[in-house]
Amino acid sequence: MSTFAPGPSFFRASHGLRSWLFTLDHKRIGLMYLCGIIIAFLLGGLFALGIRVELFFPGETIVGPDTYNRMFTLHGAIMVFLVIIPGLPAALGNFILPMQLGAPDVAFPRINLTSLYLWYIGAALLLVSLFSGNAVDTGWTFYTPYSLNSPASVIPVVAGVFILGFSSIFTGLNFITTVHKFRHPKMTWFKMPLNVWALYATAVIQVLATPVLGITLLLLLAERIMGIGIFDPTLGGDPVLFQHFFWFYSHPAVYIMILPAMGVISELVTTFSHKPIFGYRFIAYSSIGLALLSFLVWGHHMFVSGQSPLATMIFSALTFTVAIPSAIKVFNWVATLYKGAITFQTPMLYTLAFILLFTIGGLTGITLGALSVDVHLHDTYYVVAHFHYVMMGSGLIAFLAGLHYWWPKITGRMYHEKTGQICAILVFIGFNLTFLPQFVLGARGMARRYWDYDPRFETLHQLSTTGAVILGFSLLVGFINLVVSLKRGRKAPANPWGATTLEWEAPSPPPLYNFTAPPELPPIYDYTNLVYDPDEGGYIRRPAQATDTSAAGGEGPGSSPAGEPSRS
Amino acid sequence: MSHSAHEDSGQSPFIAHHYDNARHQFEAGKLGIWLFLVTEILFFSGLFVAYIIYRYHHPEMFEYANRYLSVKAGAINTCVLIISSLTAAWAVRAAQLRQRKTLITCLAITVVCAFAFLGIKAKEYAHKFHMGTYWGEDFDPCETPDLTPIDCAERHEGHEAAAGKAEATAAADTTAKPGAEAAAGTGEAAATAKPGEVKLPDRVAAGVPPHTSYFFSLYFGMTGLHGIHVLIGAGVFIWLLIRAIKGHFSPDYFGPVEYAALYWHLVDIIWIFLFPLLYLI
Repeated sequence: MSTFAPGPSFFRASHGLRSWLFTLDHKRIGLMYLCGIIIAFLLGGLFALGIRVELFFPGETIVGPDTYNRMFTLHGAIMVFLVIIPGLPAALGNFILPMQLGAPDVAFPRINLTSLYLWYIGAALLLVSLFSGNAVDTGWTFYTPYSLNSPASVIPVVAGVFILGFSSIFTGLNFITTVHKFRHPKMTWFKMPLNVWALYATAVIQVLATPVLGITLLLLLAERIMGIGIFDPTLGGDPVLFQHFFWFYSHPAVYIMILPAMGVISELVTTFSHKPIFGYRFIAYSSIGLALLSFLVWGHHMFVSGQSPLATMIFSALTFTVAIPSAIKVFNWVATLYKGAITFQTPMLYTLAFILLFTIGGLTGITLGALSVDVHLHDTYYVVAHFHYVMMGSGLIAFLAGLHYWWPKITGRMYHEKTGQICAILVFIGFNLTFLPQFVLGARGMARRYWDYDPRFETLHQLSTTGAVILGFSLLVGFINLVVSLKRGRKAPANPWGATTLEWEAPSPPPLYNFTAPPELPPIYDYTNLVYDPDEGGYIRRPAQATDTSAAGGEGPGSSPAGEPSRS
Repeated sequence: MSHSAHEDSGQSPFIAHHYDNARHQFEAGKLGIWLFLVTEILFFSGLFVAYIIYRYHHPEMFEYANRYLSVKAGAINTCVLIISSLTAAWAVRAAQLRQRKTLITCLAITVVCAFAFLGIKAKEYAHKFHMGTYWGEDFDPCETPDLTPIDCAERHEGHEAAAGKAEATAAADTTAKPGAEAAAGTGEAAATAKPGEVKLPDRVAAGVPPHTSYFFSLYFGMTGLHGIHVLIGAGVFIWLLIRAIKGHFSPDYFGPVEYAALYWHLVDIIWIFLFPLLYLI
């Protein structure tokens, strides 16, 4: 094994705009993803607030019905394709995955950079529609035949999503290869962090499902531009075939959103309980199980689209089986919490919120998978509330948990803890206030995507809008807290939370190739030797105490990372 | 795993620094290309599923419509692609054995075959456009697969002569093919209405099944997407050819040749499915 030259942090390793635009470093690429995704998130959030404000009163509140259709379409498309799908794998995953494996980079750094640029090109195309004055109004699902006839600028948006799909495929391909070929030599499959298992399962879905979205959107483009006739009923095509193709991708895509979230939560639950994870193998296998099952349930989106009753029953039964691996994870997390030495820092508050919200989101999914109930609830606010519990309440909350957890590692700065905690609690309250009333609305018959509604739904809509405002405000303050920490934050130690995975063995922020020396592989999820060092402001390993405490390692950008306390 | 610079190890200069050695890089790349090929199969799978569903619903239409295609052109193209697959595989071996001349020859033949395939395909497309067998609502053939002229909105150049000949044949030989018989029948009726112009049967009367346009949606969709892949492959092999001439490849570093060859075999195999599905059955 060769040794590493101790270098400056990856921020300082090279300078200038070019050094960022042409970087091959997974950390810089992850960071550039993160910036784009957070901007997209704010934009998508603004549309969400617009939708909620419009629904405060029945009839027109701030915008007309056409603008409303455009707002919910762009909210959905931005949040799904630009934020949640790339959020955890491409942004945080890119930063963390190679480090958790003890690797210097991903397997294909240039492909990694390519997928970043594809993301930005796709995002630009998606947003072109916004400024064309004729924004897309088809809903994020682009169902035919409306997407073929809509006067809106469907073509750039569909082309944008097509390109975003390739960004996602390349990330998945890169991650699978990285996990296979770049693990620490002593890291066997069952010594991998659970986050890696989750990202691996996610990558499998990205590679296997996204191409089907690609061909679907390509055919949709061919249909709109050239009238190829495959989905257009007036030409003998079949619009339901579009739905099958679309959901063959888009249902697994739900697992692209939730699996990495579960991975993050698995890491955080054990770290902040300071107790080994309960049921490691069950959590690992259930990630793979979910990835496989995700391909078998797409038909439950089409119970009322004219599927055969037999197919509908099979899809319904398969949908119920998804509950098994999901519940395995929840039970294991709860068992990890049991008798743990739990500390309630910001990431842990988001984690606990995730467990509660995911449970609600998962259980309401089962009611929707039941055939007779679904016929009543299909396309109502119940569905809206259900998938927001899963996609936002779970997917995005886990993203926030991960962002707060790895923020010190990424930036080398600690954010203001109290503000972070208050925001986490407010996000939880605001979220529930927004979406719990929507379950009631949906069960009482309020259809989704409607601009107007019956006055009897007014109170529940107003509760929901109030919650959305609280949610939006607390998210904004949470982000400001993070940004302020860049200037004002205390310098982060190498291991502020007492975590056992390899990324915490590197200085904060890490040097160019992540580790100043080839890391030793510490026993995973074993907290016995980690002790809090007040001088360091973080955790160090006990055997290292005698020799290494003087060289306080892992300081801010530019400091020498030579004193990494874990290596003696 | 060692992560530092490898410049000292005397390996090919194309081994990236984050790999342990040439073998590590090759194996990572090979896994990567296989995963990419999986995505390609799934990418095409959408069209194959559409084919299965519509064939199941309209088997008679498929059996009729595929007679519009030229089996000869398809068969020649199949041979062209199989030869190019052989040379692509041979190129890998040549790179592994440092046989530079063989490598360059094989890559060059592969490129030539790729363009030969595209040329034949372009001729086929041109013929289809000429006949009016487009996809979607533009589907408006001026002939049946048996070359019996039928009525179409836009009579393309050369069809007037054919139509005139058909009329003559129909008049001379009343025991012609059933399509021609119908043509003769309506032709007589039309002749009285407008002298000098022949009224041909429309395509329903000539026995062209409904939804035949759908076959051409699939035909152009599948072969078009495949053609784009051939074009990309040709570009990749030209790039490899340039690199081979520059002498970049060695037994330590032949990954790109092998990855491109694998991709090329996939493109080949997709055609091997397309040929019988569209042309033969």
